[in-house]
Amino acid sequence: MSHNQLTDSGRLHHFLSIEGLKRPLLTEIMDRAEQFSSISHQQVKKVPLLRGKTIVNLFFENSTRTRTTFELAAKRLSADVISLNINTSSASKGESLRDTLHNLEAMHSDMFVVRHNQSGAAEFIAQHVAPHVSVINAGDGCHAHPTQAMLDMFTIRRHKQHFPDLRVAIIGDILHSRVARSQIQALATLGVGEIRVIAPKTLLPTDCKTLGVHVYHDMDAGLKDVDVVITLRLQNERMQGALLPSAKEYFQCYGLTERKLSLAKPDAIVMHPGPINRGVEIASAVADGPQSVILEQVTHGIAVRMAIMSMTLGSQAELHEVTA
Amino acid sequence: MTIPATNTDIQTLLLAMADEINQVLDGKKPLLIGIHTGGVWVAKQLAEILGADFFDAPLGTLNIAYYRDDFTRIGMHPQVTPSDLPFAVDDRHLLLVDDVLYSGRTIRAALNEIFDYGRPASVTLAVLIERNGRELPVQADIIGQSLTMTENEHIKLNNNNGLTLTLSTAKAGENDVA
Repeated sequence: MSHNQLTDSGRLHHFLSIEGLKRPLLTEIMDRAEQFSSISHQQVKKVPLLRGKTIVNLFFENSTRTRTTFELAAKRLSADVISLNINTSSASKGESLRDTLHNLEAMHSDMFVVRHNQSGAAEFIAQHVAPHVSVINAGDGCHAHPTQAMLDMFTIRRHKQHFPDLRVAIIGDILHSRVARSQIQALATLGVGEIRVIAPKTLLPTDCKTLGVHVYHDMDAGLKDVDVVITLRLQNERMQGALLPSAKEYFQCYGLTERKLSLAKPDAIVMHPGPINRGVEIASAVADGPQSVILEQVTHGIAVRMAIMSMTLGSQAELHEVTA
Repeated sequence: MTIPATNTDIQTLLLAMADEINQVLDGKKPLLIGIHTGGVWVAKQLAEILGADFFDAPLGTLNIAYYRDDFTRIGMHPQVTPSDLPFAVDDRHLLLVDDVLYSGRTIRAALNEIFDYGRPASVTLAVLIERNGRELPVQADIIGQSLTMTENEHIKLNNNNGLTLTLSTAKAGENDVA
């Protein structure tokens, strides 16, 4: 899936999934994000790179962080951006998506940033837009959230030097988490030494073994000597049926507390894609503690999204060459 | 055609430029800004000649990659060293330095970027080489040497244990905007 996100010469045209992307490209995204992050410290937090481009945020599902950081990223690049929150319940998926798209295309948009509760929605849109339009996946169902994964990799790289030396643990609702799926693909592509997932059996996908991760059901064992601890939100809205006895019991077994964190390396960092359920998957003392880089992740989200937006829209130059 | 190719030639030009800069900006506590990459090399040399006290702050560097006018045509530039202006430009006299002034587009982009940082009192432009081929109404205040070249001729500043200039001939259409 998603191999059509690259141009013929291997540049990023869409950004739909980490799957199929090679290490140099992921590194380029992080390098460019590093260059863009200095803009946030300027007096005028803006460069004219994407002046005259129109970017439409299509959010079929709620989001605060992702939508606002995409909006800020687009604005810092001087693009015109509009954000649409679209209620999916009104029409059947295929029809409504195609109709909405044709309408937005008629407005001469250059990029769609798409969040949808159905897996594959961004890819579907990418297949149906005009060739000059780029599509960025801002989270589709349980499938992928590649920009979140890249901002997480960027955050890790800011704190830890060398990916192959790292031991990274991802804790929680792996089954329903598009973030975890994209993170695992990115960590593996960047050559991380050991990727662990820590979760109850009911919250693990059945194909876990094929992802190349080490599975732990016991948090104490799983956290031992890790460099990076990634906690995931317990996805209440995505749970069908009773996979868990109660949030309280979940916290007992899989909540990240100061005691459990002390089993990781002393300089381990704690990450969370947000929004946080305090006292469910993470204790407040840890979320606000010295090892937490959770708010840094939000800040880095802007620079990483600037990098991805400019890279995808920059690849349109290639299209010009072909048609010229 | 002869160009000031050797490091000795260039040092002679730089000394004359420094002299002129001294006349124009002395006592104004100017700030020094070099444009990546060649302009930074020239700016460093000028700072060395003029002495530590002439400029009011360390050298600022400007990378105009995000301000270029050819993004839609050629996309992202491969490597971008971020701009770094370690001072406030508001109400200050700036000395902007580049290696070669050609089309004028780089200077247009640099001025745009500088004004995103604030409103300077003045900007003085110093270039090592000024050549014909302007596409915008831009001119330098302080010039090392002016050259008249054909459209296919290109001049490039190198920095290998000292600055040197090389002249090359490229086919039309391969022109890099300088």
